[in-house]
This record gives sequence, structure tokens and C-alpha cells, in this order.
Amino acid sequence: MKARTSSSSLATRGSFHCAWLVFCAAALALAATLPAEAQEAARDPAYRAFPLIGSRLAVWAVAQLHLNFAAFILGVPIFALIIEIIGWRTGEPRYDWLSHEFVKLTFAAFSTTALLGAALLFLFVGYYPRFWTYMTSIFFPTYWVYALLFFAETFTVYLWYYGWDWLAGPRKWIHVGLGVLSNLFGTAILFVANSWVTFMISPGGVDESGALKGSVWGAINNFTWMPINIHRLIANIVFGGTIAAAYAAFRFLAAKTDEERARYDWMGYIGNFVALAAFIVLPFAGYWLGREIYAFNQTMGITMMGGFMSWLWIIQAILIGILFLGSNYYLWLGMERIPGSERYRKYVPPMLIVLTLGFMVWATPRSLVLTLDEARAMGGTHHPLLGVLGVMSAKNTVVNLMILTTFLSFVLYRRANRVSTRGWVGTGMAVQWAAFGVAAAIVVFYGVYGYFVESIVRIGFSVYQVLAVLAAIVLVMAIDIPMFRGARSTGRIRWGTIAPRSQYVLILLAVTFTWLMGLMGFARSGIRQHWHVYGILRDTSPEAVTPALGYAANVITVVTIVFFALVMFIFWLGGLGEKGRTATHGHAPAPMLAGGSDADA
Amino acid sequence: MSFLRSRFFQAVVVLVVSFVVLRWGIRPPAPWSVIQLYMFVVLMAVLIYVSADSDSWRAFVRPIRSTLVDPDRRHVRGAFLVALPLLLGYYAYTQAAARPQAPPELRAVHPAPPASIRFRGKEINISGVDNPLRKDGAALRKHVAAGAATYVRNCMYCHGDNLDGKGHFASGFNPPPANFQDPGTIAMLQEAYLFWRIAKGAPGLPKESTPWNSVMPAWEDRLTEEQIWQVILYLYDATGQQPRRWETAH
Ligand code: HEC
Ligand code: HEM
Repeated sequence: MKARTSSSSLATRGSFHCAWLVFCAAALALAATLPAEAQEAARDPAYRAFPLIGSRLAVWAVAQLHLNFAAFILGVPIFALIIEIIGWRTGEPRYDWLSHEFVKLTFAAFSTTALLGAALLFLFVGYYPRFWTYMTSIFFPTYWVYALLFFAETFTVYLWYYGWDWLAGPRKWIHVGLGVLSNLFGTAILFVANSWVTFMISPGGVDESGALKGSVWGAINNFTWMPINIHRLIANIVFGGTIAAAYAAFRFLAAKTDEERARYDWMGYIGNFVALAAFIVLPFAGYWLGREIYAFNQTMGITMMGGFMSWLWIIQAILIGILFLGSNYYLWLGMERIPGSERYRKYVPPMLIVLTLGFMVWATPRSLVLTLDEARAMGGTHHPLLGVLGVMSAKNTVVNLMILTTFLSFVLYRRANRVSTRGWVGTGMAVQWAAFGVAAAIVVFYGVYGYFVESIVRIGFSVYQVLAVLAAIVLVMAIDIPMFRGARSTGRIRWGTIAPRSQYVLILLAVTFTWLMGLMGFARSGIRQHWHVYGILRDTSPEAVTPALGYAANVITVVTIVFFALVMFIFWLGGLGEKGRTATHGHAPAPMLAGGSDADA
Repeated sequence: MSFLRSRFFQAVVVLVVSFVVLRWGIRPPAPWSVIQLYMFVVLMAVLIYVSADSDSWRAFVRPIRSTLVDPDRRHVRGAFLVALPLLLGYYAYTQAAARPQAPPELRAVHPAPPASIRFRGKEINISGVDNPLRKDGAALRKHVAAGAATYVRNCMYCHGDNLDGKGHFASGFNPPPANFQDPGTIAMLQEAYLFWRIAKGAPGLPKESTPWNSVMPAWEDRLTEEQIWQVILYLYDATGQQPRRWETAH
């Protein structure tokens, strides 16, 4: 046990105890409400009014903040673990350092998450008593599971973090096992919480009056539970990656030495890489979720896609377009620090063109905002060209092409400073390009064909498009890895020399993604319209109307700002602890990256 | 000419050309809201293009810099000093000046239908129902013909004899009558959805779709249940569209 464990920052340890206090308080509050619920259900008001801003806004803001933090502390450990395993298998200390650094970030955000969770609970109990009583009548058993899981999660993360040096060397596998366990508990927590929120969207396992028919499992395993589990799990990884990269960007911009810059440049790169890798599969998970919502209730599906929310999807598309462009841009800027990458510069303009055109199609609205004159000039509300671009066939097609392009960016980045020494390199490359070409052709073919078949068949086409893209990715990587194993290097990556504007891009990506999460949270709750639990428990409060998009956007913006303010404060606290102990730091702190390896990712 | 190869000049050219193409190249003209959206994307792409490597970024910034600080560019600077405020003023004017035109609005073209409606005192399910007349294959042609007659008598004035939304009265209405030839209307809706829209018309539209100024009449007091199903058959038959099917829940 060396310096770190003993000198671990007071801030994090203190905050950890705080997390426990909060949790116990929440549990007590919960226990206290139960008897009250039984006795006075009849006399209790259905709602109370939160002072000043109203109950809905209070619950909305706190829930979103809680979700942001929870997503962060569940997403980061997933890839921290993967990085730790990489470090363990390759024996490279910098991965171990990085993994520890990531877990440190998680750790710092732990107590805030619990605090916000408790606040959310208080708000429900206090301001939405009837709703909470109903949810409790269905989900009470899961509350205990949740509490136990929270306990287990806290305990294992605690051990994982503080046992880093203690369980090093030959006992590393135990340590990795702890990481696995933390992630299992974390994912289980997510799944339990998702059962509540998905039940509100698509209640299952209950009769017309809302009473449980069989076991609580029917309510848990409702239509949207699994799709949201998957969608959120992936989104959380992306989110964790972008926030970690933004953190690295801050540290990079504030760095005083080249060595520090090199380290945080690399950390930002890995964070962004993780985010990008998970981001690429997110659209697929999203479509699955969308389909399940349709399958549960057609009306709800139409509300979501075609009704008053149709403009929301345009904003979503713009945000996603920014994410695509931004992460590619970051990769291209990153190529500059790699000697030998000049060979691949010429690919940038065509890739940019594909991404730009894709972005434009992806953001083409289905319902146009029109003045009357414009409508007259068009002879209706439907535009012959924009109408063609605004439908699902076109959007699925371009999003798949954008994914392929992003993947190509990454492949080029990967080989920027390597020259393969294999004899079969010509064939290998030809097969790779062919894989890209064939996948793009399949995507375009089904995209165009989709216009000529009825919608139910068309939906099936998106599966073929996805499969083509995934197959190309797998094939290209299967060739790439052996092809560049032991390749000749054209020079080492000069970590830390990346243009500073790239770091602002990382921060922009994190902010964009956080905002996107808020927007989608609004979509998820908004499609219930004037129901707490769709079709079962009506929202009879004065705030039952679904707010307008502009209002929602303002709320989301404020929540995003508050979130980043909190995050910055927490990270700053973490930094304070670090400053105090740099002198005594025993754990291999700063792997030398400037001269590090040239085989990355 | 060296400035032709300058990054700055290229960026400006790309922007101008894109604008010209989007504004005048698309027929019929695209709505302004969409052009703005597209130009935003193009602007981002151009900025990325000029800044994707350091040399190019330096080349891009150089003329801006020199215009701002070089002594021999004093006159250009002066010209900008006059032109920019004027442009801004003009922009402010266009924004503030009152126009004899309703502001653009986003209409939820297809709001969510209710789960069921009351039709002349009878409860009719909207979700999960197919056109009952389709079961009777032998009489299908007869129903389509009857539907055509109903259409010509009641709907043609607005929705047009080609079902393209260009009836006699069409130009007087905002929003204009639906164009059934367009793949974005009946082709993506279930027949039950049409039943609801025809029976309840604009007055039956849900609260979330306000402001709603459609003139689509409610036909429930004028047409029978069968007549409405017939006219729906006709709409699909005449346009060659297929109604959307209900997805089977697993
Ligand atoms: C007075 C003009 C007028 C008449 C007559 C009229 N409609 Fe309409 N109809 C409209 C307008 C305007 C709209 C578009 C606005 C809206 O959706 O309410 C519309 C929309 C519709 C829609 C919805 C299409 C969609 O994509 O949602 C259907 C279906 C429809 N009409 C069918 C009919 C049928 C069938 C008749 C005859 C029985 C008919 N209409 C008669 C004006 C009219
Ligand atoms: C490029 C594709 C997509 C991205 C990047 C994306 C991103 C996100 C993110 C970040 C969240 C928040 C997750 C969280 O709170 O943990 C989310 C939630 C959601 N997404 Fe997506 N999404 C995509 C596609 C889709 C699609 C195609 C649909 C549906 C048609 C969809 C429907 C939803 C819904 C309903 C939610 C709310 C679920 C929740 O409560 O978390 N998404 N999405």
C-alpha cells in the first residue's frame, strides 16, 4: 500500500461518506412514507405545489441532473475496465494509469449522484404523492433490490478504487474481477431504474385499472424495457467518453509542461475513441427502441415521430450531425501529430463532402416550416425534392453512409504512421476498399428501393443496411489488424502537439451530447402527454400539458449549464487533492507519452 | 492569380455557390427555414475544411489578419467599417419590418389519433382496425366505384380531380388540402387513421395540434360509415398507394 491509498484526497473520501449519509436518509424517508401511504391514501392530496417554479420543473430538472450524473458514473467504469484489462494484458503502465484516472472521475461524481437521487425521491414523495403511491404499489419489491444493488455497487467500487496498488502485480486478476463486478452491479442498477421509467411509457403486467396482474416481473419486462436498457447502456458509454475527453481537454489547455500536455492529449484521444466506437451503434439501438414504441402503441409512435414532436427530431438530427462532424474533425486534426499522415490528407475533402451531404439529408424536416407564400409556390405543404429527402429511407441511408465514413476516418488515422510490411498488402487493401464499396452500394440500393415498397417492408430494409455496414466494419478490421502488425513506423505520434482548437472540439462534443440527452429525456417523457403512466394514471395536475419545444429547450439548456458547473466544481475539487500530494505520489504517475509507443487503440 | 488559390477566397466561393444552388437551383423553391438549416451545415463544413490542418488554417486567417492590421489595407478596413454596420442595419430592418404575411408556422401534419371515436353514437376503434370492405373481395370494385362517386360529389372541390390537392378552392386555403398522390400522406397512414380524419375533420383534431386552421370538414353527419370506408378504398385505388399495415406486436 503506497502513497496513493494513504494520501487519497480527502475530498473524494469525504464525499463517499456523504453518499452513504444521503442514501440512508433517502431510505428512511422512503420507509417513513409507506405507513402514511397506507393510512391516509384517501385524505392525501394528489399533488402539492413546489414553490416558485412549480413541481414539474423541479422534478424535471432534478431528474435530468440525476440522470446525467448516473449516466456518467455508470458509463465510465465500463471502459475504465476495458482499459485496465488492456494495460494488464499488454503490461503497459500508461493504460493502468489512465484507467485509474477514469475511475477517479467516477468516484468524484458518486456522491453528487446519490444526492440528486435522494432529492428526486423527496420531490416525488412530497409533490407527487398519488403518483408515487401508485408506483410503489407496483414496484415496491424492486426498491429493495435497488437499495441492495446500490450497496453492492458502492462497496465494490470502493474496493476497486482504493485497492488499486494493493491488488497489483500477481493479484491483478482479483482487481480486474472487482472492476467486472462493479460494472455488473452498475448495469443492474440501470436496469432496475429503467423498469420504472419504461413502465410509465409502456405499462405491462397490469390490468385496465392498473393493478398488478401477476408478478412484478410483468411490469418490469414491459415493451420498452430492454430497448431502453440497451440504448441507455450504449449512450452512457458515449456520454462517459465525451465527458472524460472534455476533462482531458481542460487539463490539456491548462497544462504547464509538454509532458502533461502529452498525457492529457492521449487521454482525450482515448475518451473520444471510446465515445465514437459506442456512438456508431447508437442509431441502431435507437431504431429498435422506436420500433418497440410503435409496437406497444401506434398512437404513441405517431406522436413521437410525426406529431408535435416531429420538429424535435430535426434538432436531434442537427445535434447528431454535429457529433459526427466534430468527431471526424478531431481525428483529422489529430493526424497532424502523426508523421506520415500527409499521405492521407487527400481523403479529407471527399469524406467531408459525404458527411456534409449526409448531414443535410439527415436534417431535412418532414414537416416543413412554411409561410403561406412558400406553400403556394410549392403547390402544397409537400415539396417534391425535400419530401423525398425527408423520409426514413433517405435518412437511414445517409446515417449508414456517415457511419461508414467515420469508420474510414478512423481506419486512416490508425494507419497514419504505419507502412505494412506484409507481402499481401495490395490484396488486403483492395479487399478493404471493396468492402467499403459493397457496403455503401448495399446501403444505397436498399435506400432507393425503399421508396418503391410499402412502409412495413421498408422498415425491414434498415436491418439489411445495418448488417452491411457492420459486416464491412468487421471485415476491414479483420484484415487491418494482421496487415499492420509489426508494420514499419514512419515516426512516433507526437502526443501533445495537437492544435488546441481540437480540445475545444472535445468540449463541444461533451456539451452537445449532454444537451442531446436532455432533449431525448424530454421526448421520452413528452410522448406520455397527459399521463403519468400511459393509459393508466392520468396527470391531473395543472401542469399536465406537454410544454412547447422552445420552453423545453430552455430548460434543457439551463440543466446542461448547471450540470457542467457541478462537474467542473467536482473535478476542480479532485484536482485540489492531487496538488497536495504530487510530492509524495508513489504510483507511477505520469507515463512518458511523448516518447510512447506508436501503436495505439 | 494568387488570391484564387487562397483558402479564404475558396471558402467564400463555396458559401456563395452553395447559397445560389440552394436558393435558385431547387424547383419549386425550398422554404427559407430549410435553406437556413442547409446553409448552417455548409458553413460548419467550410470552417472544418479550412481548419482541418494548420497550414490551411494559417492561410485562411492571413487575409483576415492583414485586413485588420496591415497599414496598407487602411482603405479596405475603412470600407468594411462602413459596410458591416449598414448590412447589420439592413438585417435588423428586415427582421423588424412588418410584412403583410402570416409568420411561418410548423403544422403537425399527422397528429396522433385517438384510440377510438364515437361515430353517430357508435364506438369505433381506431387502433388496429382494417377497412372492413376489403374482406369482401368480390364486391371490391363496386365499393371503389361508389367511393369514387362520393369523392367527386364531396371532396373534389378541395382535393382535386387528380387527388393532388389542387381542387378549385384549394388556393384559398391555408393549410392547403392534402395531396393524396404525395407519398407523405395516405401512403404512410393506416386506413383507420383516414377514417378518423374524414369522420371528424379539422374540428376533431386533438388539442396538441393547435393552432389549427384547417378547413377539412367533419363528414360524420353527411356520410355513412360504409361511404367513408368506400371513399378510403377509392383514395388508395386511384392513387395506386398502399395503406400502411398494422405492425404485429410480438
Ligand atoms: C373544404 C375543403 C375540403 C373538402 C371539401 C375536403 N377536404 Fe379533406 N382536407 C382539406 C384540408 C385543407 C386538409 C389538410 C389539413 C388537415 O389535415 O386537416 C384535408 C385533409 C384531408 C385528409 C388528411 C390527409 C393526411 O395526410 O392527414 C384526408 C384523409 C382528407 N382530407 C379526406 C377528405 C375526403 C375523403 C373528403 C371528401 C369526403 C374531403 N377530404 C373533403 C380540405 C377539404
Ligand atoms: C444517431 C442516433 C441516436 C443517438 C446518438 C441517440 C442518443 C440518445 C441519448 C444520448 C439518449 C439519452 C440516454 C440516457 O438518458 O441515458 C437517448 C435516449 C432516447 N432515444 Fe436516442 N439516439 C439516437 C437514435 C434514436 C432513435 C432513432 C430513436 C427513436 C426513434 C431514439 C429514441 C430515444 C428515446 C425515446 C430516448 C429516451 C429514452 C431514455 O429515457 O433514455 N433515439 N438517445
